[in-house]
Amino acid sequence: MKRQRRRTGQAVKTQQRRSGGRTVKLVDIAHARSGDKGDTANIGLIALKPEYYPVLVKHVTAARVAQHFKGMITGTVERFELPNLNALNFLLHGALDGGGTISLKTDAQGKVFSTALLRMEIERR
Amino acid sequence: MDYLAEVTMSILQKQKSRDAKRGYATDFVTQMERILPTVVARGIKVTANAGGVNPKACANAVADVARKLGLGGKLTIGIVTGDDLLGRLDGLLARGHDLKNLDTGRPLKDVRDRVLSANAYLGAAPVVQALQRGAQVVITGRVTDTGLTLGPLMHAFGWASDAWDQIAAGTVAGHIIECGAQCSGGNCLRDWDTIPDMAHVGYPIVEARSDGSFDLIKHPGTGGRIDVPSVTEQLVYEMGDPQSYITPDGVADFTTIQLNQVAKDRVQVSGVRGKPATDKLKVSIAYFYGYKAVGTLVYAWPDALAKAQAADRILRQRLKDLGLKLEAIHTEYLGADATHGPLALEHVDVANIPEVQLRVGVRAREEAPVDRFTREIAPLILNGPPSVTGFAGGRPKPEEIVAYWPALIDKKMVQPTVELISA
Repeated sequence: MKRQRRRTGQAVKTQQRRSGGRTVKLVDIAHARSGDKGDTANIGLIALKPEYYPVLVKHVTAARVAQHFKGMITGTVERFELPNLNALNFLLHGALDGGGTISLKTDAQGKVFSTALLRMEIERR
Repeated sequence: MDYLAEVTMSILQKQKSRDAKRGYATDFVTQMERILPTVVARGIKVTANAGGVNPKACANAVADVARKLGLGGKLTIGIVTGDDLLGRLDGLLARGHDLKNLDTGRPLKDVRDRVLSANAYLGAAPVVQALQRGAQVVITGRVTDTGLTLGPLMHAFGWASDAWDQIAAGTVAGHIIECGAQCSGGNCLRDWDTIPDMAHVGYPIVEARSDGSFDLIKHPGTGGRIDVPSVTEQLVYEMGDPQSYITPDGVADFTTIQLNQVAKDRVQVSGVRGKPATDKLKVSIAYFYGYKAVGTLVYAWPDALAKAQAADRILRQRLKDLGLKLEAIHTEYLGADATHGPLALEHVDVANIPEVQLRVGVRAREEAPVDRFTREIAPLILNGPPSVTGFAGGRPKPEEIVAYWPALIDKKMVQPTVELISA
């Protein structure tokens, strides 16, 4: 059996076939890194190609990210734009059970909120 | 070299209270012992916040090592202090500096009797001063990670303390390299499985120019990768508002950064703009919070997740019956939802997950209820759902929680001090 591999940026065509081309998973058009400041997680979302950046700006809104993480965060979501880096930065407040040493979470430092965001499915244009 | 995570200062403070000669990062001294002959022979400058809460003791230890290596008289060490506010806290509070928690807004007096350490983040200025006075190795207390990179740049290029664009550029350089290989292929998601030779990953080097632009490179023959995606991932790491990355030295605007791949494993960074520094310094305060413990058990197929969930219900009922005063009970199912929560299970055949680790954590202000919780895990093996294993580690241990309290203070209340010693 051939092992299924998904490399960021290389599965776009498969995804297009599967979804009929109308929607796309963020993992296929973006990469990301996340971290913490106290009880806030930050996620930097970076377009894999410059032409994907406007799609991110249009569809990956603060409200949509808040909806995506419903039940996982207790506070609000803020969004900042970095067009120079084809990137968006999100602050997820109340994401880390108090954060730092207080938190009881495995991911107390918010390190894998990045790929949790990449599960989001958005419109292609 | 950056040695100080947010909670490190309280650990070092505890060491110093037991032994006045300790309270700094001893790893640094071991490392200096290895590299000092090269550092001295080639005139390499070293800046490190390894001094922790006892920079003088750290400098003396490095001087001893230098003499032991036959380098006596050949090394001048700069010592930066003035960041430690622990002994001044009551005076500051009495004078109306309430050191409110930046996240919660609560005044420090609420936890004053439990404070273990308090340090202002100093910037590059005292590092520059030490270098100007002839120090080759500069050992500091709580100087910002970025200040350790910016300081040598300001010294080498003679940048003024109000050259905001250059200061922002040096700050960006510091931010990119402060997490070691995290900009040169480490923890890089983009095409992660094609990044070469991570066992010999190259650490980043900043090749700076006087106009503030710089190239990021690594040694030839090392592993890892320096490209626009790897550097971008590090730029957005732990970022707040990108237009105001605030340090004691100035405010950097990350929306002005231009990245260009100019050669293999060489990224040019240019265009960085800055704004004037604020009149505040951040203060990092550590205080005793309480206790926590985490217990785990592993459940196997079939219905691994359902069994783990049943065990969690039993455990919670037991904790309730015992009437324990716990501040929080947190359950995760590793292998199912520990990292991505409900998002993880959307397209998963839940009944056929091969195995699940039940992980339950509790937190309380007192130790007793946490200790009682740790005795409730093992009974689940014989008294709970089937196909359970993974208790070889024994009863979990209650851990002390030392928590972080970020605050601001007027810059004029903190005076950095620089002194020099020779080995």
